[in-house]
Amino acid sequence: MEVILLSLYWSFFKVGFFTIGGGYAMIPLMEAEVIKTHGWLTSSEFLDIIAVAEMTPGPISINAATFIGYTTAGLAGSLIASLGVISPSLILLLLLSRFLTGLIQTPGAKNFLMGLRSALIALILLASFTLGQTAITDYSTALIFALILAGGLATKFNPLYFIAAGAVLGLLLFPY
Amino acid sequence: MSSQAVQTKNPISLWTILLTFLKVGAFTFGGGYAILPVIQRIVVEERRWVSQGDFSDILIITQGMPGQLALNSSIQIGIRLRGTAGGAVAALGVTLPSVAILLAIAAYLYPLVRDNIYVQAIFYGIRPAVVGLIVIAAVKMGRNILHGWKGIILCVLLLAAAVISGAHPILILISGGLIGLLVNKRKGEST
Repeated sequence: MEVILLSLYWSFFKVGFFTIGGGYAMIPLMEAEVIKTHGWLTSSEFLDIIAVAEMTPGPISINAATFIGYTTAGLAGSLIASLGVISPSLILLLLLSRFLTGLIQTPGAKNFLMGLRSALIALILLASFTLGQTAITDYSTALIFALILAGGLATKFNPLYFIAAGAVLGLLLFPY
Repeated sequence: MSSQAVQTKNPISLWTILLTFLKVGAFTFGGGYAILPVIQRIVVEERRWVSQGDFSDILIITQGMPGQLALNSSIQIGIRLRGTAGGAVAALGVTLPSVAILLAIAAYLYPLVRDNIYVQAIFYGIRPAVVGLIVIAAVKMGRNILHGWKGIILCVLLLAAAVISGAHPILILISGGLIGLLVNKRKGEST
């Protein structure tokens, strides 16, 4: 049990530390740590959790950490995983705030972040491809994916509406 | 009436900070860029805890550092109001609603509905929608970030490297950062 809690903490610490820019930036790390390395979730469960996290208040990776922590190791797991994902922010801002503020504004840090963000986009695209293989299994799901993608690129609606649209289409097209 | 934050002699109580960020955490959906405008409205416009200029400085640091956007900006506002204790209380406030709600879903709701056929139908449709949202997020980030060929070429090269090597994302991210550092340094001044 203690071993699971420790590895939950360390995995979500890494997720928190490398989620630079917030939101979906956590997806590649989450996929590597939670699905591939530890097998705490399947790809489809991971997509379900992103959807649930979008539908509930609060930051997405904290939502995901709480849910995964609970399903892996109960109440203690959920608290430890959530603490893990917020630890990098707490440590950097509460203890190293002055150092960090100066560092982020240097030209070197800007160049580093520019390169890192290119990498991040590549990784998110890659993750969408592997996650897509479990989500898009037939013509109906391919259609839903195409509709949402087109809608999202053409409009600026809140993601919540697209998830609702996916739910309605799922109810209509599911092979009961 | 200036929009500068008024630094009163009586410091804002930790309790007020906690309640304010509990509200932010409990009533904003979608995380990140959905939460920031809410924090701005409450902290800058309603409570006048920080000025618009200070809030912009906070955002610059928030976007360049690890962690969730909402969490990082909340901690920094807490620190400005009441130092380390203020930062810790703000973090607790913005995190607690997420943890409580997700705990309830994971412990009670999820086991209850997991095997329902209609719930399965809903998630059958939601999963490809979420994959769509992830691609959209990547494209929108790309539009904001990849200015010029340098960024796009780096992105394509790193994608190829990630596919071929199967390396851990942390390695790819750090490689991207180091390449950004080297390439832009060699070409001299770059903004």
